[in-house]
Amino acid sequence: MDILQIEGLGKQFLLYEQNKQIRSCQDISFTLHEGEFIGIVGLSGAGKSTILKCIHRTYLPSAGKIVYDSKAFGPVDLAAAGERQILFLRKHEIGYVSQFLSVMPRTTAKEHVMGALLEMGEDGEKARAAAEEMLSYFRLPEELWDVYPSTFSGGERLRLNLAHTMVKHPRLMLLDEPTASLDNKTKVLVKDMLKRLKSRNTSMIGIFHDLEFMDGVCDRVFNISEGGFVG
Amino acid sequence: MNPITEQPVLKVSHLTVRYGSGCPCCGTSLEKNRCRKCGTVWAANDVSLEVYPGEILGIVGESGSGKSTLMKSLYFDLEPTEGTAYLRDYQDGAKDIWQASAAEKRRIRNCLMGMVYQNPLLGLRMEYSAAANIAEKIIAAGSRDAGAMTERAQDLLSAVEILTSRMAEAPKNFSGGMQQRVQISKALANNPSLLLLDEVTTGLDISVQAKVLDLIRKIKARYGISILLVSHDLAVIRMLADRTVVMLDGKIVESGLTDQVLEDPQHAYTQQLVHSML
Repeated sequence: MDILQIEGLGKQFLLYEQNKQIRSCQDISFTLHEGEFIGIVGLSGAGKSTILKCIHRTYLPSAGKIVYDSKAFGPVDLAAAGERQILFLRKHEIGYVSQFLSVMPRTTAKEHVMGALLEMGEDGEKARAAAEEMLSYFRLPEELWDVYPSTFSGGERLRLNLAHTMVKHPRLMLLDEPTASLDNKTKVLVKDMLKRLKSRNTSMIGIFHDLEFMDGVCDRVFNISEGGFVG
Repeated sequence: MNPITEQPVLKVSHLTVRYGSGCPCCGTSLEKNRCRKCGTVWAANDVSLEVYPGEILGIVGESGSGKSTLMKSLYFDLEPTEGTAYLRDYQDGAKDIWQASAAEKRRIRNCLMGMVYQNPLLGLRMEYSAAANIAEKIIAAGSRDAGAMTERAQDLLSAVEILTSRMAEAPKNFSGGMQQRVQISKALANNPSLLLLDEVTTGLDISVQAKVLDLIRKIKARYGISILLVSHDLAVIRMLADRTVVMLDGKIVESGLTDQVLEDPQHAYTQQLVHSML
């Protein structure tokens, strides 16, 4: 079964001040089966992140359809769905992980992960237990749980991001260069975690810089060049 | 919750606030928000928006864009020229609050909405104690039980992290951040379903600002309240708002999911705003 069907997706940015139109990606089409992991590779600036951000609706697609087979509403075109519907899906079904961390000030790592469940309506004690389980699953040292993450290293931030997203058990995960700026040891750890997620039947799309890392994790790999898929 | 069938807590349609005599062609040719012909100022111009249960709607825009006009209209501090506003908790959202009688308006103001002004002088009685400020609001809602009032004041003040040992002190002796927090607790006194926050973090130093932001987030989680959050600080909006509308010259020029508005702004003014961010 297909969880995501993308047809003719295109995105261009209109910059008023510079009076310029910048084309990022065009005519992207692919399908993601349930439980599948698709990797996207390509040079920087090729439009990889744009695709993920269009699916997450951080960017408004300029053309095409992104049909996601949601649990709550059935098939939904993410390119055209209402804001409230997108917010619901982000809260309950679609996760987005990047190397960047965005945490409320004065929020500890554990509170950050718990927050994801509390906004879904989970009660405090259950949220705490699930957050602790996730943090140890992603091997974030216990002494960091009650620390403000603004001082975390790249690898720790990423693991916190993964825990924050995975604690909700999303059906669809979007991974935007999760291994960028990580050392090899941490990369292997992330790879292992992605494998475990896959074994839980999580559908995933990931952007990666290094092809060798993708080996054995992705079911299919797309190469994007100048905004379109090649090969 | 089902986001498709949910009833909004607040629905504003076509709010217009004009200052001036008006003319037959008023509004057809505006210089910013001022009529070129007769000089009438359109402080709010056909503003429509909805706020849903448990969400924070951010409103951004430069000074004079109509943000506070919208808030003041909603809190009956000024009278709109045109438009309607429906509150879910007032007559089940069937009657326009701007058409309510003076007594009903007072009740809506006291019981169904809470307002926190940028300037604490507008929201607090500086000479009265912090507890009396909260009690004032509870009395206005009809209660006369002094014991219950004291208890409620204690609860609310500790929820905003003000020492209850200081509840008998007047807010004029408090710091700016504390005054803002007393205002927030006063606004929450009667469990309103909608909280109006007008530039509540402006002018506070960064650590106090973080405290107030943290408080707003906790209040939203604890009371499930809907919040209309006006700020010109995009970082505050990014942290707190689920959805955001952008205002310019009295009009809404763009609205969307907060991250989308900030990362992929569609309007020239929003682009300018985002590119000016530090």
